[in-house]
Amino acid sequence: MVIGGRTTNALLYLDNVSVTFDGFRALNGLSLSIDHAEMRAIIGPNGAGKTTMMDVITGKTRPNSGEAVFEASHDLTRLDEAAIAELGIGRKFQTPTVFEMHTVEDNILLALKTDRRPFPVLFSRRTPPEKERIDALLERVRLTGHRHRLAGELSHGQKQWLEIGMLLAQEPKLLLVDEPAAGMTDQETADTADLLREIAKTRSVVVVEHDMTFVRDLGVKVTCLHEGSVLAEGSLDAVSSNERVIEVYLGR
Amino acid sequence: MSRYRFLDAAGLIFLGVVLAMAVLVPASNLLLPPDSALHVSDYLVPLLGKYLAFAMLALALDLVWGYCGILSLGHGAFFALGGYAMGMYLMRQIGPRGVYGNPVLPDFMVFLNWQELPWFWLGFDQFWFAALMAILVPGALAFCFGWFAFRSRVTGVYLSIITQAMTFALMLAFFRNDMGFGGNNGLTDFKEILGFSVQAPETRAALFAATAVALALSYLLCRWVVTSKLGKVVVAVRDAESRTRFIGYRVENYKLLVFTLSAMLAGVAGALYVPQVGIINPSEFAPANSIEAVIWVAVGGRGTLLGAALGAFLVNAGKTWFTGVLPDLWLFALGGLFVATTLLIPKGVVGAVTDLLGVRRKSELPAAQSIVAAAKSPAE
Repeated sequence: MVIGGRTTNALLYLDNVSVTFDGFRALNGLSLSIDHAEMRAIIGPNGAGKTTMMDVITGKTRPNSGEAVFEASHDLTRLDEAAIAELGIGRKFQTPTVFEMHTVEDNILLALKTDRRPFPVLFSRRTPPEKERIDALLERVRLTGHRHRLAGELSHGQKQWLEIGMLLAQEPKLLLVDEPAAGMTDQETADTADLLREIAKTRSVVVVEHDMTFVRDLGVKVTCLHEGSVLAEGSLDAVSSNERVIEVYLGR
Repeated sequence: MSRYRFLDAAGLIFLGVVLAMAVLVPASNLLLPPDSALHVSDYLVPLLGKYLAFAMLALALDLVWGYCGILSLGHGAFFALGGYAMGMYLMRQIGPRGVYGNPVLPDFMVFLNWQELPWFWLGFDQFWFAALMAILVPGALAFCFGWFAFRSRVTGVYLSIITQAMTFALMLAFFRNDMGFGGNNGLTDFKEILGFSVQAPETRAALFAATAVALALSYLLCRWVVTSKLGKVVVAVRDAESRTRFIGYRVENYKLLVFTLSAMLAGVAGALYVPQVGIINPSEFAPANSIEAVIWVAVGGRGTLLGAALGAFLVNAGKTWFTGVLPDLWLFALGGLFVATTLLIPKGVVGAVTDLLGVRRKSELPAAQSIVAAAKSPAE
């Protein structure tokens, strides 16, 4: 597909995206490209536009200008959240958002990739393959022993993992993960980095994170945003030695 | 998990009580002599029947409010529309026995000098048609209303306000004589339903039994919906709407389905209510009625179905008693009840009882066992 005068094979392609809220430019000509099975870390100071970028990709916010294309064929700026989720883009929020009144198991069940229309859902019954999927996912996010507890009773770190489990249940091609290490212990943070690296073997992952130790653990290409556009991009070492990045974000 | 079992112990008890009422109340009224201590009087049968119809309305409201988080302050409108559909049938059954003796036109139309039946009255001489309309008209209104409201993502207090405006607008419209629904006076002076006199004790007993059965079936239907996977999605919408959206569910379609279903149930309740009270007029659309229904559900316990039905019964029994003793103070008592419920038992009667049993459960039984297990063994 030809976008902005060039051909792209990228899984996700943002070109010159701008979003303005009441005169404030949250995104200012942001361009970004994520490849298949690539993991990318996004860093940047508060207000750099990280969350707004995720909002644009997941259909929550419509850009004022620019393009957002998925798999070189889907124009994300024309789709709603549900359609984008069905295309294969999953999102984890900054504060863990799980269904607190449902059991851990049901949280995964609701996220499983199945028909999302109301009537098929009304008449659906849990099939043996679905049960196996749920078991496998619970195992993977280490919540097997908690499956019958209400999600609201879990610790903060467990909720973060449950939400990652829900994301995986959707079988997305691209995962957007907003500050997965926030509020976690050091051990949990390290485990989360392992989990994300493993996920990134088969899927693309975009991680927004402030914790530089965590970003270093991930060991992937880093993009630094500032005032709604890309300030620097490259390896963590290259980005963190960039003069402008040090000035606006890392500090001297 | 008892929460997801189609029928738990409490649900079975509820069904048992309702179906027992369906048999015992009519039997006692018709078979026992009036001086017997167990005789249910001719006055009490339609009164209890009215409570059962209200309990159905409460179930419908709990489905949207308790489970889907849509606080409708206009559910009385769907109830009233169902009631009007039934009222139109009953008007057409009067035939030449009206004051003016017109075989086709109801009295109020003759009085207005109308020459022929308006098109929207056609078909209402057939019971099946009226019964169908009692379901479809509220359903269609809810569908259209919900289509625009949910698609535009109107939520919370804004949605509540427009549901309120909807019922208020309908009330004003139905008050107008040229709407063709009897204006101020509404529809009344019914004679027969399906060929039986609406005044006869036997008919009233049958209507009571029919309402009890309808309540039991509504409970089963609601229970089936809330224990299905759709029920889980709906609760997810209530608790974390945007999360549900990002997982890929079209939230507006789920809300629309539940809202429409709920309106249809409310319509059936209204259709059962009208022949028992003998009148339907525009005051049934009054916003206060819809708010009262919300109070029933809150008092009984939202999100429990059982609580909604119980609340409707308790509050209305209280109302009957109170308006007999201190009629002027009823609204204060109702307001006080709502405030007290919100402050003291925010989860309602059923929620408070469940919590009490839950405390017992934690101290006496292994945590894995359900609340129902605790409810089954109160003596232990």
